[in-house]
Amino acid sequence: MSEATDTLVKFESVQKSYDGETLVVKDFNLDVARGEFVTMLGPSGSGKTTCLMMLAGFEPATHGEIYLDGIPINNVPPHKRGIGMVFQNYALFPHMTVAENLAFPLQVRGMGKSETAEKVTGALDMVRLGGFGDRRPAQLSGGQQQRVAVARALVFRPQLVLMDEPLGALDKNLREEMQYEIKHIHEELQVTMVYVTHDQSEALTMSNRIAVFDDGIVQQLAPPDELYEKPMNAFVAGFIGENNRLYGEVKAIEGDFCHVELEGGGGMVKALSVNVNGVGSRTTLSLRPERVTIGAAQGQSTNSLEAKVEELIYLGDHIRSRVSLSGNNEFIVKVPNSHGHVHLKEGEVTQIGWEAEDCRALDA
Amino acid sequence: MGMAADTADNGVVLAADGRPLKDSLNRALRKNRMRAVMLVAPLLLFVLFSFLIPIFNMTLRSVDNWHVGTLMPATTAALATWDGKDIPEESVFAALVVDLQAGAKSRQIGKVGTRLNYEKSGMRSMITSSARKSKKLTSGPYKAKVLKMHKKWKDLETWTVIKRNTAPYTVGYYLNALDMKYDKTGEIVMQPENRRIYGKLFWRTFAISLAITMICVVLAYPISFLLATLPLRYSNLLMIFVLLPFWTSLLVRTTAWIAMLQSQGVLNDLFVFFGFVDDQNRLQLIHNLTGTIIAMTHILLPFMVLPLYSVMKTIPPTYMRAALSLGANPFVAFVRVYMPQTLSGIGAGSVLVFILSIGYYITPALVGGTDGTLISNQIAYHMQSSLNWGLAGALGALLLASVLALYFLYNKIVGIDNMKLG
Repeated sequence: MSEATDTLVKFESVQKSYDGETLVVKDFNLDVARGEFVTMLGPSGSGKTTCLMMLAGFEPATHGEIYLDGIPINNVPPHKRGIGMVFQNYALFPHMTVAENLAFPLQVRGMGKSETAEKVTGALDMVRLGGFGDRRPAQLSGGQQQRVAVARALVFRPQLVLMDEPLGALDKNLREEMQYEIKHIHEELQVTMVYVTHDQSEALTMSNRIAVFDDGIVQQLAPPDELYEKPMNAFVAGFIGENNRLYGEVKAIEGDFCHVELEGGGGMVKALSVNVNGVGSRTTLSLRPERVTIGAAQGQSTNSLEAKVEELIYLGDHIRSRVSLSGNNEFIVKVPNSHGHVHLKEGEVTQIGWEAEDCRALDA
Repeated sequence: MGMAADTADNGVVLAADGRPLKDSLNRALRKNRMRAVMLVAPLLLFVLFSFLIPIFNMTLRSVDNWHVGTLMPATTAALATWDGKDIPEESVFAALVVDLQAGAKSRQIGKVGTRLNYEKSGMRSMITSSARKSKKLTSGPYKAKVLKMHKKWKDLETWTVIKRNTAPYTVGYYLNALDMKYDKTGEIVMQPENRRIYGKLFWRTFAISLAITMICVVLAYPISFLLATLPLRYSNLLMIFVLLPFWTSLLVRTTAWIAMLQSQGVLNDLFVFFGFVDDQNRLQLIHNLTGTIIAMTHILLPFMVLPLYSVMKTIPPTYMRAALSLGANPFVAFVRVYMPQTLSGIGAGSVLVFILSIGYYITPALVGGTDGTLISNQIAYHMQSSLNWGLAGALGALLLASVLALYFLYNKIVGIDNMKLG
């Protein structure tokens, strides 16, 4: 029973279709704990925003049930759900001042004038915009509008706040600044947040857990570090961070590991068997560029292959090296610019290697 | 330092060739300016000849008063020193006979009669009969003979009217248009109650226009909202229905309304069929105020829909969603968040419909009957039937002035920059 009270939002096998022919959301299950910051991450059209809209009440679920604090809310209209929301383009009411925007949710709840004014001032101070109350939204910069939108979604103290790509319209520096600000507000207020974005670094920065969406299905739901280090399928491995792919056929499985014969004549490699269909099936090997060593002597690591250096790009802290390996000429290796690192030349043939634990055999 | 523009001793910034930078810039921009002038020139000329000059001309006619001064020059000169206290001296009568004889000969004297008749009825017959009789007068003294020709020459007011109209300009037409007149002593007073036409007509025009504008807002608002929120393929179809009236002749539409609304028409037949009204008491829906309002509302509705639609199209649905998510019920969200953002559209549409309706002519002429006609119908009457162009000009100028006043007021209150027409 204690778990039931700790879960604030629960999606139970939710499906959504707009045209009655195709499912935009296929089978969505998610439990969000009280106080948690959960991000729905995925490419556009993957169904993440639809899930958020269903939670907010702007789209009805075609099938399944959504619970808020243990109560099914499929038939509760949006204005009675008490969920704060930050929209993509802020949706600040242009005909009202900043203070009037913030007072709006309090006024419709029948709050008294002095209490409203007090809360509005508090919310403005929280987002460091004290003294901006008399301005119109159009007189503020993008970052300031964003902060007002966040303050407005929080001013009536909802237990849940939804954010729909709120930082999409900001430039890079401002976006990073706002990421930390939202993260700090979340920690300070202990409010539950469900956040939608297609930007993986945004998701990794802020979230407790991330649900990676693709094709209407949650591909993996995990904390950021686990998502990056232990992707469960080829889509997640490719979507989060940089990733090298090699294709091959599983020849043998022993315990947690498997032996794979690479396509393109690269020979046999040993990999962590994560998501393979058994001996004889095709598999995608996923390798992070920073886990590959270049110029290593034969036998120094479990797997060792010959590779030809195709291109070197100097990036300051590291040298990005594109090599061709077993027929794949998009294989990236990051060579740290440390003291005494290997000096490569384009066209040179060298030896690269990696440990079996860093190479994950996933679905093809 | 080397990159900065050079500066002459007096502080003027110089271009690379040593000439002032401002001159160089002007020379560079002159070509563009010339091109802009050439592009608007045809339209400018067209508007000038087909719009501005006619309006100026008509307005001039409303104050022009050439008749007496030009056609009765001797009388005009003789009356210049008349003190207006009593019937004039012999010299004035002698001048009058000269003018009447000349006018009768040139057949122009009728114009003077017509002009003076606007000021006081009976003057035309007095002038024309006196002119006819004056041909027989060969020698003076003329005063007694003229007084015998028509009894009105003994009337002091006759002379007051003539004297007043020797001036080249007059406000007489405007007084007439405002239901005012000069009394016997030359003071400006209101017309007697039963002769006040135009004031009432102006008010009726404004009231009907206001009613039509409000009905248009009420009817256009929901349809514009639907247009702005429907998916594109449906809203395009709906937009064609809205614009359909524009592609049909105004006359056809108005006649169609006659067929719909007349007492043996479609609507009344339906009412009788369903038992809403008795066959003996069919509703009078046409040739009265009701007909004017129904037909004009139908014709002017698109002018309200289009500005409203164009404003609503720019309001993203997230505003309503945001208001709902903040806890406002749909009605409050609509009234406090959506509607204020459409005010500029309501304003633009209302100004457009109101201005169009106060000058509307064809529809009220066809379906208005007696109590559904507007000021424009009176203007047309004076242009075409009574040929009192001065009065028509005065009525038109007053209408134009009220439109400009309205525009000024709108600009003061809402700001014309906020007007969106598409």
